[in-house]
Amino acid sequence: MNIRSLITFIFTGIILLIVQVLFLKNLAVFGVAMGFLYLMFILDFSISVNRMNLLFVAFWVGLLIDIFYQTIGMHAASATLVAFIRPYWLKAISPTGGYDETSRPDLHEMGLSWYISYSFPLFFIYSFLFFSIDQWGTGGLLGVLNKSLFSTIFSMLLAILVQVLFFKRRRRI
Amino acid sequence: MLRILQFLYSLRAFLLFLLLELVAFWLIVSNNSPQGAAFFNSSNAVFGSVLKTQSDITQFLDLAGANEELLKQNAELLSRLEKIQLSTDSMAYPPLDSSFVAAHEFSSARVISQTLRFAQNHLTLDKGEVDGVKVGMGVFNHSGIVGRIKSVSKNYSVAISVLNTGLLVSSKIKSTEVYGSINWDGKTTQEAKMLYVPRHVKTQPGDTVVTSGYNAIFPEGIWVGVIKKVEQGSDQNYLDITVELSTDFSKINYVYLVENNQLPELDSLYQEAELINEY
Repeated sequence: MNIRSLITFIFTGIILLIVQVLFLKNLAVFGVAMGFLYLMFILDFSISVNRMNLLFVAFWVGLLIDIFYQTIGMHAASATLVAFIRPYWLKAISPTGGYDETSRPDLHEMGLSWYISYSFPLFFIYSFLFFSIDQWGTGGLLGVLNKSLFSTIFSMLLAILVQVLFFKRRRRI
Repeated sequence: MLRILQFLYSLRAFLLFLLLELVAFWLIVSNNSPQGAAFFNSSNAVFGSVLKTQSDITQFLDLAGANEELLKQNAELLSRLEKIQLSTDSMAYPPLDSSFVAAHEFSSARVISQTLRFAQNHLTLDKGEVDGVKVGMGVFNHSGIVGRIKSVSKNYSVAISVLNTGLLVSSKIKSTEVYGSINWDGKTTQEAKMLYVPRHVKTQPGDTVVTSGYNAIFPEGIWVGVIKKVEQGSDQNYLDITVELSTDFSKINYVYLVENNQLPELDSLYQEAELINEY
């Protein structure tokens, strides 16, 4: 990763955090679907990134979101779990011939269908853990599943939309 | 030995993951008790100021509605004042003693951020220690109860909302004077449950629920809501009562804070009598 793409990447992350905290925090479509767009920042890390670093980044980003959401630890726990599972999931769904080591698992690089199969389970695990902790001891499993399924779909649509609209298609060599 | 170290090294990502998750869950547990002091939240100066700027902008758009509500409340207060002034007989006034005059003290604050969609919801207010906000103060607005202050920083404070499964508010059914506790069940933002009302009590939908005098934070008679459904429920001893909350939590802009001046005295009395003070 050269310095320029690094700066763009960090800048994207900050924008995502701001959008998450200022807009998506107050939004719940039909009262059930919440958008966890900021998770895109963790999903979009380059494939060859060091696992330990990713875990640390996910934890701190989650904690930062938590402070604004008043849900200390909940986003952090969920984001850390996603960061931990990500490498295994990437390995499990690697295309024939493997990945280009420097590439990033995003929409333009990998195509729509691959991106959906990549991001859907991760978003789902994230929302499921998040809502399970939130509803701990109060709601039933059905409510948690309902909320996490719709939140997953909504978050994924947002992630795809953002990438289609705002991310430049990188030129292939 | 070297083997063990090598083995641990190969597991390092997993171990780090476990450590981080443990930290996260420790944070969750230590922050989620309703009485516990939270040390990491939006009453922090930096995060508070971000939220305040945001609400400065968004609440500007709601000013008309907020004004209207304040006007309505002013009118109601004026009419109450009228009623009091009607009795010109000076003998009708009860003798004023010091404990009567200042049982509760009121102040106002603005809500700069709040959550609605979780099981544990909170509000952030723009008043803090310098404005005299203390932990344990009650929060309400013109239509009903809102919550209780959980932690206070210099300029901001965080309150637990009534829409928080951890908060119990002592209240009573106005017509029959039966006591119970209001507790949110985590489902819709319009309804809460009234717990610990015995089965023999006669009550029906439409009865008003207000805060009780047993309450250490709210003065008696602040609106909670109206009973919507009374069912026999699965509990052998208590009725299953659903209360429609009178506060519209999606439209809270300005709130009042109430401090019980007699709380220290009550607390020490309870301590002497070895009772636990439930809020």
